[in-house]
Amino acid sequence: MSVLVDEDTRVVVQGITGGEGKFHTEQMLEYGTNVVAGAVPGRGGQEVAGVPVFDTVQGAAREEDANAAVVFVPPAFAGDACFEALDADGIDLVVAITEGIPTQDMARVYRKLQETDTHLVGPNCPGVITPGVAKLGILPGNIFSEGNVGLVSRSGTLTYQVVDNLTNRGIGQSTAIGIGGDPIIGTDFIGALEQFEADPDTHAVVMCGEIGGEDEEEAARFIGEHMDTPVAGFIAGRTAPPGKRMGHAGAIVSGSGTGTAQSKITALEDNGVPVGDTPEEVADHVEDLL
Amino acid sequence: MRLHEYQAKQVFADAGIPTPASQLAETVDEAVDAAEEIGYPVAIKAQVHVGGRGKAGGIKLVESKEEAREAAEDIIGMDLKGYHVSKVLVEEAVDFVNELYVGVTMDRGEGRPVAMVSTKGGVNIEEVAEEDPDAIAREHIDPAFGMHPFQARKVVYEAGVDREVANDVASVLTTLYQLWDDRDGADTEINPLMITADDEVIAADAVMNIDGDALFRQPEIAEMGEEAAEGDELEQKADEYGFDYVRLDGNVGIIGNGAGLVMTTLDLVDYYGGEPANFLDVGGGAKADRIANALDMVFSDENVDSVVFNIFGGITRGDEVANGINQALEQFDEIPKPVTVRLAGTNAEEGMEILNEDLVTVEHTLEDAVQRAVEYAKEVEA
Repeated sequence: MSVLVDEDTRVVVQGITGGEGKFHTEQMLEYGTNVVAGAVPGRGGQEVAGVPVFDTVQGAAREEDANAAVVFVPPAFAGDACFEALDADGIDLVVAITEGIPTQDMARVYRKLQETDTHLVGPNCPGVITPGVAKLGILPGNIFSEGNVGLVSRSGTLTYQVVDNLTNRGIGQSTAIGIGGDPIIGTDFIGALEQFEADPDTHAVVMCGEIGGEDEEEAARFIGEHMDTPVAGFIAGRTAPPGKRMGHAGAIVSGSGTGTAQSKITALEDNGVPVGDTPEEVADHVEDLL
Repeated sequence: MRLHEYQAKQVFADAGIPTPASQLAETVDEAVDAAEEIGYPVAIKAQVHVGGRGKAGGIKLVESKEEAREAAEDIIGMDLKGYHVSKVLVEEAVDFVNELYVGVTMDRGEGRPVAMVSTKGGVNIEEVAEEDPDAIAREHIDPAFGMHPFQARKVVYEAGVDREVANDVASVLTTLYQLWDDRDGADTEINPLMITADDEVIAADAVMNIDGDALFRQPEIAEMGEEAAEGDELEQKADEYGFDYVRLDGNVGIIGNGAGLVMTTLDLVDYYGGEPANFLDVGGGAKADRIANALDMVFSDENVDSVVFNIFGGITRGDEVANGINQALEQFDEIPKPVTVRLAGTNAEEGMEILNEDLVTVEHTLEDAVQRAVEYAKEVEA
């Protein structure tokens, strides 16, 4: 079992004719993902990697029964691409990979999202993978293995690191969700944790957070109040100096005590979540929890 | 991207927000001439991106030509919390009876913009937010509709602004929101918004931070930003190369892809007894030349004794990274500082084959790579 993605997921790739869109469509197909269509305005009728391209997401949804969209559209147009996917009939999952979408564009997408039942993952994220079934996004498939540990992370590369540590000691994953590090994202920690809690085949969850914002603190409270599935945690940015911005828009320490690595670690530990000092130690904790 | 006060004031004034008479000056003579023309008292204000300029001696109120000269001599060329002052704003000193705070920002927790008004203006608003959060009235805005006029009035009345000026303050707030919206603002603030004895409202300061991701559609602002850039040489270089870079105090240079993984690498350097010299994220999908630029940056920091590359490819490809490292290092007769490389993920195996092991130390796990880099740094120090 898995969350968000399963055998019936039929993917339309927005921006499939671009360099990244094409490369990662090939990678997704190779992994076994059921990529059924591409969508690029003006490119309808073409084919990329054997996949038919449509002018609109709606066309792809109608003709090829696509029910999930992956956005590989450049930042200036990616907000619009998200709107298009949210507006299309039958699309119930949108995964936005694009980095650098203007925040105000995402605020409007987020506003639209509240009116729909569609799940949005991202933007500025590596995507979603259910090992052995499908990957939607740019995650390197070969490091994942099938299993029963769910993973949710704000950072793509940190996801890979932790998965690598798990896989290397024979711990497989049910689904990994990279929620992205932007200030405004669709599915957040709590949204992902809810999904994992409801999945009988996810026996433990790893949550990877970082400095900035208070999402981890809120997620910690959610874990304490609503989750029976055990969770292990990791927080990046312990050594970050206050007031400096570290890449992700959210990864800034205000210096006032909230949003720091320590406040997040404390919140998690207070809610029964063991937090690893290193990615390797996170894997130790997961082993203990299983 | 942050504009200087004089730039933000120009943007505000163009939009119809009242601002004091002012002139920009780059020399003492220019500053004195400006003060004479505006008429005393005037404030002479350092134009650098530093909070608390007043307390640090970067803002002085003067009453005469002699005082103006003295203040301009003190401020122009001074070092203000590490920033060199090359410009001052000479500004009419407004005689006020009240100071307000007015701001618009994105509430990331809510995913919506929020307009804020407080009668506790003229002081550090972050401190007010922490010590007395109720002293700031807030109104969330639906980005699909923008700010309705009633919302501006509502938040102004909730803040307890005097009735005589409430409409004018609401009007300033409406304009400020419109600017924030049109110009892709991140934080847009007036602190203080001064109220005079004649019930005039005047923006005595102006803060405008623009979303860097939206500069492609804000050409005029982007141009101002080029002038607003400052910071040390390395940070300017990072801007040119387009890296997320933060300089730190240690001696282990760190290059990686993805903010979370780079921060984790910093944390591990610390965990294994070393001290990080910097945070450098090459971002997603970096090609060979970008990798070479990153190495160039870290080598130009003289505090660095050892460099560790930590790349876990998703969209970034290991072979590209390896080519970039080779390309950068082959220029040297002798490698300036030992480089330890850890490559994993997309095309990592191809990358490992390409890497020239005469030039770098290859490690296969994150832990090993970090420990090796820390050892190298200690050997240099010893």
